[in-house]
Amino acid sequence: MSVKHLLAGASAAVALALAAVPAAAQKKYDPGASDTEIRIGQTMPYSGPASAYGTIGKAEAAYFKMINEQGGINGRKINFISLDDGYSPPKTVEMVRRLVEQDEVLLVFQTLGTPSNTAIHKYMQTKKVPQLFVATGATKWNDPAANPWTMGWQPNYQTETTIYAKHILQTKPNAKIAVLYQNDDYGKDYLKGLKDGLGAKANMIVAEVSYEVSEPTIDSQVVQLQGSGADVFVNITTPKFAAQAIRKAFDIGWKPVQYLNNVSVGVGSVLTPAGLDKSVGLISTAYLKDPTDTQWANDASMQKFTEFMKKYYPDGSLIDSTNVYGYTVAQTLVQVLRQCGDNLTRENVMKQAASLKDFAPDTMLPGIKINTGPKDFAPIESVQLARFDGKSWVRFGNVISADAQ
Amino acid sequence: MSAVARAADTPLSPAAASRRRLQWIGLAVVLVAACALPFLVSNYRTFQFTLVLVYAIALLGLNILTGYNGQISLGHGAFYAIGAYVAAILMDRFGVPYWATVPVAGALCLAVGFLFGLPALRLEGHYLALATFALGVTMPQLLKHKTLEQWTGGVQGIVIVKPDAPFGLKLSPDQWLYLFTLAITVVMFVIGWNLIRGRVGRALVAIRDQPIAASAMGIDTARYKSLAFGVSAMYTGVAGSLGAIAIQFVAPDSFAIGLSIALLTGIVIGGLASIPGAIFGAFFIQFIPNVADQISKAAPWAIYGIFLIGFMFLMPMGINGAIRLGWARFRHRKSAQREGG
Repeated sequence: MSVKHLLAGASAAVALALAAVPAAAQKKYDPGASDTEIRIGQTMPYSGPASAYGTIGKAEAAYFKMINEQGGINGRKINFISLDDGYSPPKTVEMVRRLVEQDEVLLVFQTLGTPSNTAIHKYMQTKKVPQLFVATGATKWNDPAANPWTMGWQPNYQTETTIYAKHILQTKPNAKIAVLYQNDDYGKDYLKGLKDGLGAKANMIVAEVSYEVSEPTIDSQVVQLQGSGADVFVNITTPKFAAQAIRKAFDIGWKPVQYLNNVSVGVGSVLTPAGLDKSVGLISTAYLKDPTDTQWANDASMQKFTEFMKKYYPDGSLIDSTNVYGYTVAQTLVQVLRQCGDNLTRENVMKQAASLKDFAPDTMLPGIKINTGPKDFAPIESVQLARFDGKSWVRFGNVISADAQ
Repeated sequence: MSAVARAADTPLSPAAASRRRLQWIGLAVVLVAACALPFLVSNYRTFQFTLVLVYAIALLGLNILTGYNGQISLGHGAFYAIGAYVAAILMDRFGVPYWATVPVAGALCLAVGFLFGLPALRLEGHYLALATFALGVTMPQLLKHKTLEQWTGGVQGIVIVKPDAPFGLKLSPDQWLYLFTLAITVVMFVIGWNLIRGRVGRALVAIRDQPIAASAMGIDTARYKSLAFGVSAMYTGVAGSLGAIAIQFVAPDSFAIGLSIALLTGIVIGGLASIPGAIFGAFFIQFIPNVADQISKAAPWAIYGIFLIGFMFLMPMGINGAIRLGWARFRHRKSAQREGG
């Protein structure tokens, strides 16, 4: 269902004034854009195995509704067409073809899932339609030379381990590093980031051991890593194995500095089963404000988020961080469209998406900014490190960026 | 005179003969319309109708097994997946042309289906349903397994190149693919029709309705049952390969258990043990989820469920059954009018 058109507010003039449009610029449109409307398409798993993520699409629709009530973007209303694909790649192909060929959207936004996005990847390049800010952490979306019509959004797996590498080089330049990783695309993506981040000092890795998802336990791998004499442990594991690795390392008396990938930072799902006392000192990353974190209780931008949720998405959960995610990505897209001004061609959409400079959405951690360029299609490349204190994740140090040297 | 002569040739009564003639005319009209379709609608719609044809082949296959032979399968998505992966792997790794992958997919699924049918002989009713369910649930995980990964591409799946129209025909790839799929659909339906209206079909139905009487009459129950499994899997495999070529992508997530359930839903909604029912069912599984999504984002499956219940309540014999019933009533009223007048 598309977001309903709503009456133009008085703030349209304000939005126009805010836009950085040269006064003499000529209006240029591709399919999906006009004087009154910008059509945006999306597929989301509203049903099926990944339907928990469906709330992202709903939060985004609510955000665009708010923008429309405030006068739209440069006077144009967003017509957001979000369709259910049930997390099934064939359905994604069908729905995206509908969006591009029948609904004639200007761009496709935040399609969710690595397999679903892989299924439409080639199609989007052939059709030259922007596949913007895809909702997956794989690194392959940042490849402007081969795929100039596709861009990711969230920090990708390689970015994350590159940041761990930098932190290790800063804090323990003589560290001996042990790596445990899951033997698939996700694990290998993470491992590559770590090695890239270490660069010439990749020989600091003294042991790297993998495991298969089908293995019952990874105790022997942890023992093997301890035997390498490493004093830094990079733990690239999915939740079940993360819990096992944390507990095993503690139980055998191995006390390295331990980096845990962002995939498994859940306190309830990973650290509690591993043992909260055994998890003290773990280091991981964050980039969004956590709605359950009390330090944001009086934060003006988080209050904005809360008000938005109450008014435009009252059914949504206020403590679900995926709603913060949806809000933040939607805000990023609105920024891109504002920058486009009256030149709403698909080419210009990609050009503006690749020209975000120090953009800081409300709900991003202070100091983390979105930067893109013609050769940099990875919007969020900085995160803040956080250490587990036995109860919650406490952020520390400065925001670390993978791109700025 | 001539009417009498024809009556002597065939056992058909004049009324039945005229009905048969009407059916042939209707079939010809449908075929012509199907051929004209891609030139009347957009490429996107053409693509959707290609998928309808693909599902129709799969549903006909499942109908042979479940509708005619009474063996319930909750795992036909697995055969569909095998067909799709055979096409994708042959095209991607071995450079085999797309059209050549379809018979290979069919042949492999025939063999796999027949072999699966052998142990399944010991199982009946709910037990067979569970065994096939296991097959459907296992398949996506099997496709991800690391020993197969070099062929299947693991979780990432395989992207296939879309074939262009051959011989310099001025057709879009979607139009060509539709016509290609339509041709195969017609062939598969003719084969299915020949199979079912003859000795084999009667044996399958006899085994479904009266297994003991059937074997007492000398029907080799075991052979026919595993044959039904094999043929059914072959149809579904052919459909899978065509589906993969149309979608241009295969991944384990494409063949989750929902696919198997959708196929079973399709044959029940379309009409069990009926050939046209496969086509009606295909329309249902292709278009009703989209309609449900249009109605509600919050609970698309609940809307889908309401559609299901509605269809089953209003058309307990499936769409094909309802059409037959409607047609019979119409004729009955007409003949009553004629007698009255």
